[in-house]
Order: sequence, then structure tokens, then C-alpha cells
Amino acid sequence: MTNSIKEIEGMEVIFIIGSNTKETHPVIANRMIKAYRKGTKIIVADPRRVPMVKFAELFLNLRPGTDVALLNGLAHVILKEGIYNKEFIDEKTEGFNEWKASVEKFTPEYVEEITGVPSGDIIKAARLYGGSRKAGIFYTMGITQHTCGTDNVNAIANLALLTGNIGRESTGINPLRGQNNVQGSSDAGALPNVYPGYQRVDVPEIQNKFEEAWGVELSPKQGLKSTEMVPAALKGKIKALYVIGENPLVTDPNLNHTFEAFKNLEFLVVQDIFMTDTAQLADVILPAACFAEKDGTFTNTERKVQRIRKAVNPPGEAKNDTTIIMEVSKRLGYPMDYESSEEVLEEFGRVWPALQGITYKRIETQGIPWPCPTKDHPGTEYLYKGGFPRGKVHFTGVNFLPPAEITDKDYPFVLTTGRNLFQYHAGSMTRRVAPIEAHAGEAYVEINPADGERLNIKDGDIVKVLSRRGEIKIKARITNRVSKGIIFIPMHYREAAANVLTSDEALDRHVKTPEYKVSAVRIEK
Amino acid sequence: MVTITIDGKKIEIPENTTVLEAARMLDIPIPTLCHHPKLTPFGGCRMCIVEIKGIPRPVTSCTTPVSEGMEVATSTAQLEGLRKTVMELILSDHPNDCMICEKAGACTLQELAYFYGVRENRLAGERRTYTKKDGNPFIERDLEKCILCSRCVKACDEIQGVEAIDFGYRGFKSKICTSYEKDLDCEFCGQCVAVCPTGAHTGKQWAFKGRQKDIREIDTVCPYCGTGCNITLHVRKSVSGEEVVRVTSKEDTWNEGWLCVKGRFGYKFINNPDRLTKPLIRITPKDREASGVKREENSPYDSHLTPYELFREATWDEALDYVASRLKEIKEKHGADSIGGLSSARCTNEENYLFQKFIRAVIGTNNIDHCARL
Ligand code: SF4
Ligand code: SF4
Ligand code: SF4
Ligand code: FES
Repeated sequence: MTNSIKEIEGMEVIFIIGSNTKETHPVIANRMIKAYRKGTKIIVADPRRVPMVKFAELFLNLRPGTDVALLNGLAHVILKEGIYNKEFIDEKTEGFNEWKASVEKFTPEYVEEITGVPSGDIIKAARLYGGSRKAGIFYTMGITQHTCGTDNVNAIANLALLTGNIGRESTGINPLRGQNNVQGSSDAGALPNVYPGYQRVDVPEIQNKFEEAWGVELSPKQGLKSTEMVPAALKGKIKALYVIGENPLVTDPNLNHTFEAFKNLEFLVVQDIFMTDTAQLADVILPAACFAEKDGTFTNTERKVQRIRKAVNPPGEAKNDTTIIMEVSKRLGYPMDYESSEEVLEEFGRVWPALQGITYKRIETQGIPWPCPTKDHPGTEYLYKGGFPRGKVHFTGVNFLPPAEITDKDYPFVLTTGRNLFQYHAGSMTRRVAPIEAHAGEAYVEINPADGERLNIKDGDIVKVLSRRGEIKIKARITNRVSKGIIFIPMHYREAAANVLTSDEALDRHVKTPEYKVSAVRIEK
Repeated sequence: MVTITIDGKKIEIPENTTVLEAARMLDIPIPTLCHHPKLTPFGGCRMCIVEIKGIPRPVTSCTTPVSEGMEVATSTAQLEGLRKTVMELILSDHPNDCMICEKAGACTLQELAYFYGVRENRLAGERRTYTKKDGNPFIERDLEKCILCSRCVKACDEIQGVEAIDFGYRGFKSKICTSYEKDLDCEFCGQCVAVCPTGAHTGKQWAFKGRQKDIREIDTVCPYCGTGCNITLHVRKSVSGEEVVRVTSKEDTWNEGWLCVKGRFGYKFINNPDRLTKPLIRITPKDREASGVKREENSPYDSHLTPYELFREATWDEALDYVASRLKEIKEKHGADSIGGLSSARCTNEENYLFQKFIRAVIGTNNIDHCARL
């Protein structure tokens, strides 16, 4: 997020696209509702009638995978009506004129054809967002889990640049990070192309810096992304995997394929708190401590580094991950001797100045958002206050390309996947919480009443959902939340895993995120 | 800005402040039951009454805005007498079963009853009787203990935007109801539980797990979504060690004490008997037939063996030596790039930092990623 969560209250307009905020980030939704009570206008763009629609001034019910068209359409209207932010564009951006030409053809009528959103609503939304100089955009996987995910993100950035809605208090672009510490894992360099702090592994000076810090030679070659490691394992190029606290056998696309790939590994280590589906294929399982059994920090979606604390002992002989990693490392001839987790954070701060000012003592009662370069720096609530780090930012023209898989006679429905309010991700934690399981323990597929009637499917019927990759049996839930021709399956349920159906080939062209939000499927009774 | 005097102390404050807020800024205690700082004022319980010079009758301080020159008295014999009567009235229709109430020790009503010394009740009369019949697995609603303060109704509406509960019926029968008195079926955020000043709303999982006095509180962060709400784990000693028995969130956290169902009620995985407690080493081949892993119709990776038939327990030394020697072997034979690491967005910054350092510096490859994309 470029803004902090608190700043939501001060926004004039909130534009939520591809985020089911009330179910996936419920307490951020509480802030949005607080803003709404003070008069903030909310626009929701989503293929599903998500709960936030209740508070929306405008609901843009677009077809899955057509976000670029919608966003370009909004830009088109803002340009045409002359409500864009000329000073901001002149001062802070480049490439405006070329980009302008690229949205020329996205008239409201043309966009209506692609997205199914009435042209009148497109114009209204453009006026609302474009007319405000204190607006925030919010998005999640509904934007990124597409073959055009990067394009979507660029189209959002263009909209913010066009209106100057970035770099001020209560004004910005706010991707909501899914998992508790997905921000922190990325910051810490659990990514194949960058060291901690987003420093590229293929830049020699940076490589040198880390070789010096860690006292070893490092590889200058970018590594494989998780979505590339699985096919590499299938081909026998990856022989061993060490997996900590992840469950790709529920969360990865095309699970049949993933199963084969994991089985093909010569050696698989899984370090986890439960016997997950992935652990069942392991050669060694190492029992780890959960969040309540260790000290450390998590970084939330607003970049705030917060303290977690040990409350109870890990069960049996389970150990915390830091200890286990240090033990393995020692055995491989590279002793890592950290007295405490705080020492690790200190080292992290030495290689990445944005964290340098953060100590456990400073975040004893309240977290600090990075960048926080010095011990007396208060942290950074919103980004780009004094301009952009690399000078001017560029408008990036994006064209609309349809999703990789389009519906046809054999697979006439669009499947979109996501989370629900009660369960979490692969469910290894929430599905072991009795009340949650009692209340939301059953997998379901959301089907529009008209489709239900046509296929003679009633609420509660068991149906078969098939894609080109596989099939699952699942209970039908007839609801207006989804539009005609679209179905939704939550990702949490291993016994009817939505990812049996999704594709591991339809990946974002740049960052290789799978297109979970659009697969072509068929329903049979 | 206006200047007012409370109990002889002067304070300068913005116009739209209430008398109650002003008193709290001055650290002057005024008892309240229905007031909640994050909710709009209700003015129903009348515990917060004060005397204002020039106004003949006591007024409720939680609903009265300050005005220039106001002179307020918060504790006079008359006020305390009236407050005691209010308490007696409320308690005349209260089960008084503090002995087994979950809330005892952390109950505003109990606190005030103690303070005003209300026990024998000269107003005791007919009592409301309701059967607890909610089928939901999260929230216990024991409405005989409800004092109709409206906090839960306001939290559900103003904060959560759900409106699952509201006042129903009138007069003596007045009651907090769901529509048509159906079982509660809502977002189960538990904001209503968090704001309830009595034991009328509690968490079902909390029952008989220990009251506040036996509990150690540890502030930490919710392990689920990226919102990162601040939570407090309530830990109680039990025969089998220590156990997290409740999760709450403090009002002065950035999330203002609000949580969602996962954060508030989803903690029981911590001491779940399924937790892995010993290192395990595989004893069966991964080949489906041989290992007994069979392809279930719905689940490509299901097994008819229990996972523990696929593995044997090992000591840490054995397991760690095995991991190290196998990784070494594979690296020597196929090169560092034949090894990959998947880190976890569930783990801490420190763990992620160490693990990527391990993969890069020790294994020697950049094949490290986590599930940011999934
Ligand atoms: S749990 Fe949340 S949604 Fe349900 S009644 Fe209470 S406040 Fe309302
Ligand atoms: S249930 Fe609790 S919060 Fe709700 S009105 Fe009754 S006493 Fe107040
Ligand atoms: S309480 Fe809910 S909203 Fe808050 S961090 Fe936990 S899961 Fe997210
Ligand atoms: S606290 Fe003021 S009337 Fe209840």
C-alpha cells in the first residue's frame, strides 16, 4: 500500500477493483465503512456482487478478465472531460502523449461491449474518481491473478498518474497483501530475482555487496519462480525442494500436474506445523513452531513492521524455523550464529537501509512502517511524498487482451476462484478450528439462479465441475452473487480443490502469476 | 475552543466534545455502561449523569456537548444516590450468577455493583427468562444478562455494517434480537462480544476455559491476513502445559480493537492434537500403488494410509543430518541450481531472511520464492 490503513478514513473516493475486501481483509473494510459513514464515496468493480457493494455508490459488474478495458475506459472519459491533473502530469510524469493515444479507442460504448458494464456507469465512475484529488485505489488478486495481471497493475497506475491521485495523505494506490507476512517475505528477499530489499541479484555491485556481507560467493543468475520450479521438477531439472510453511498441493494451479512434479523430486523437505498435503509427499518432515510460539516481526500490508511474541511453548519437540535453518546450515559448513531473532532483523537492516531504524524496542507497543532509515525516523505512513524515487514516472500504454482461456461450447462457464470470510488459504489452520469448520466446512460452487434453472441444478445439489485439467464434485450454492455464465469456487477445500481445475499454463506474461480468476469450465449434474 | 470547569478543574477543549470526554481528558472518572468511545452515544443507562450549574435536573454526560463557561459536578450525594438506584434497577432483573459467569472479573456491571455495594435488592421483581438457543458455533448469547445498553447493536451496524441484531419487542419484553429471532447467522466478527459490558455476549469456545484472573496476556499480531490486526493472546496454565484460551484486541491498537472471525475465533489450531511434534522420515516409496496412496475421485493426492504410516519418527539429529547430507549430495551431483526453496508468507521476517540467506549463501542458488502469486 502506498497509504496507511488509517488514511482510508480521509479519502474522498475509494475505488475497489478486484478485491473482496469485506471477506479477505475484513478489518480494512471496517475502515472503509467508517469512511463511508463520514461521506466517502465508494466504487466497487468486481465480477461478483461482493459484500462491499452494500456500501457502494456505484457497482461496476464487469466480466472476469476485462479490467484493462474498464480502466482504460475510465481514463478515456477522464481525458475527454478534461478533469485530469495537468500540473501533476507535467511535473511528475513522462510519456503522457503517447499513452493518451493508446486509450483513444476505449470509448464507454466500446468498453461496455467488452466488460458488460453500462456506458453510463463508466462515465459516472470516471467523474467520481477523476473529479477527486483525494482518492485511493484498492486491489488484490482479482487484478493480479490474470495473464494480463501486470497490464492491470499498469492500467491502475496510469489512472492514478492521470489524476495525480498518489503521493499524498489519503491518496494513493493500495494493493492489499493477502497473507499475514507476504509483504515481509518479499521484503526479506524470498524472491528469485532480488536480495533482501528488492536489490537485484544480477547487478554485479549488488552481488558484491551481499558477498561481502555474507562472506561467500553468490550466484549472479536469477532463480526460478515457484510457478517455474514445479514444471522444472517435472522435467527433472529441480531435484530437491525445501518447503517451509507452504502447501503447493492445494494452492498451486493444476494440482494433478503439481502432484506428479512433487513425486518426481529426489528429495523433498517440508518444515511445517501440520501434516499438509505437501508434507505427505516429503522425505523428511521437520516440525515447526507457530506464530504463538516464537518471537519475531511480521510486516503488514501497509508496510508496518509489528512485533509478534512467544506466548506458549511449541508442542512436543517442535522447534522454531530460525533454529532449524541454523542447524541445517551449520551441518552444511556455514554456521549461522544468531543469539536472538532481533539480531537477524539487525542484519536485515544493515543490508537494507529502509529497515535500519527499526529495533524491537521501538516497536514494543506500536509498529513502524518502512522506510525507516534511522533510529529517530518516525517511519513512512505514505509513499512518494517528495516525488518518485527515480524521478519522473512513465505512463505505460496497455492494450486489452482477452484471458488465455475463453469459454466455448464444451466449457461454457467462466470459473473464478478466491477466498471466503471464514477459511484461510489452503485451510491447514482454519480447517482445524472446530467452530470455523462447523460453520464453513463444506466446499461449494456459486452458481447464478438463471444458470441453475437452465441446468436444473438446485441449491444443495452435488454437481461435477470439469475443466481441461481435471474435475471435482462439489455442492451447488445458488446465488445472485455471481452473474450468469460465471461460477465461483473458494480455494480452501482440499477435498474439492478448485486448483484441480485451474491452469498452470495461463500465467502472467511478466511475473508468472497463474490466471486463477478465469478458467473455462463445464458443469454437469 | 471552549473553556469549562469540571469538579473545579478547568479545561479548554473543542466545541463538539461531550462532557464525558472532557472529564476523561481530565482523568475524572464517571461511571458508564452504555457509552463506548468508538460508537455513537446512546444515552440509555443514565449512569453517567452529572450536574451542570443552571440546569435543574442531572443530565447524561455522554450525550451532552460542552459549551462555554459550563460548570460541571460529577459526584454529589444526589448523583451517587441516583446512580445506585440505576444499578438496583438493572440488577433487579439480572441473574446474578457471577459465580459461573465467564465475564466475572472483567465485567463492567459487576464492577459497578461492587462499587455501589448493591447486593440485596429492594427493587427485585419479575425477571426475564430466556432459553439460550443459538445454534451458531461462535457466539453465546445469554440475554438474561443483557442490560439493553445497545453497544452490540451499534457495533454491528456502525462498525461492521451488518445489522444482524437490533432491539425487538417493547418495555419489559425488550430484547436484542436477530430478525424473526432466527439463529445468529452473520459475519461472526465478534465486535458485539468485544463491546458487551456484561456476560450477555461471550465466545462459545471460551466456556469454562478460565476467567480473567487466571490469565496471562501477550500482545501479538494476527496470523491470518495481511491486515495485521493487533491481538492479545490469553494464556492459561492447564494440566498439559499452557494454552491459548481466548483472543481479544485492545481498543488502543491501530485496529481499534476490531477483528474478524478468523482473528478472534480462529486460534484453536495452536494446540490442535494434529500438530507435528517430532521429526519424521519417510519409510514408503512415493509411488502411489506401493505407498498405498490411491487416487480418490476428488482428490489426486489422498491416501488411504494415515500419514503416520508413511513415516517413522526420528531424532532431530538424525533428521537434520539426513537433510544436510542429501542436500549436499544433490548439490555435488547436479549443481546448486537443481535445488529450490519455497519460503512462507506465514513466517516472520527474520525466518524469511534467514531462509533466503540459507538458499543463496549455503546452497548457492537463487531458486527461492514464496507464495506471493498464489
Ligand atoms: S458477530 Fe459481528 S456481524 Fe454478527 S452480530 Fe456480532 S457484530 Fe454483528
Ligand atoms: S447484549 Fe451486551 S452489548 Fe448488547 S445490549 Fe445487551 S448488554 Fe449491551
Ligand atoms: S483479524 Fe481478520 S482482518 Fe485482522 S489480520 Fe486477522 S484475519 Fe485479517
Ligand atoms: S453512559 Fe451515558 S447514558 Fe449510559
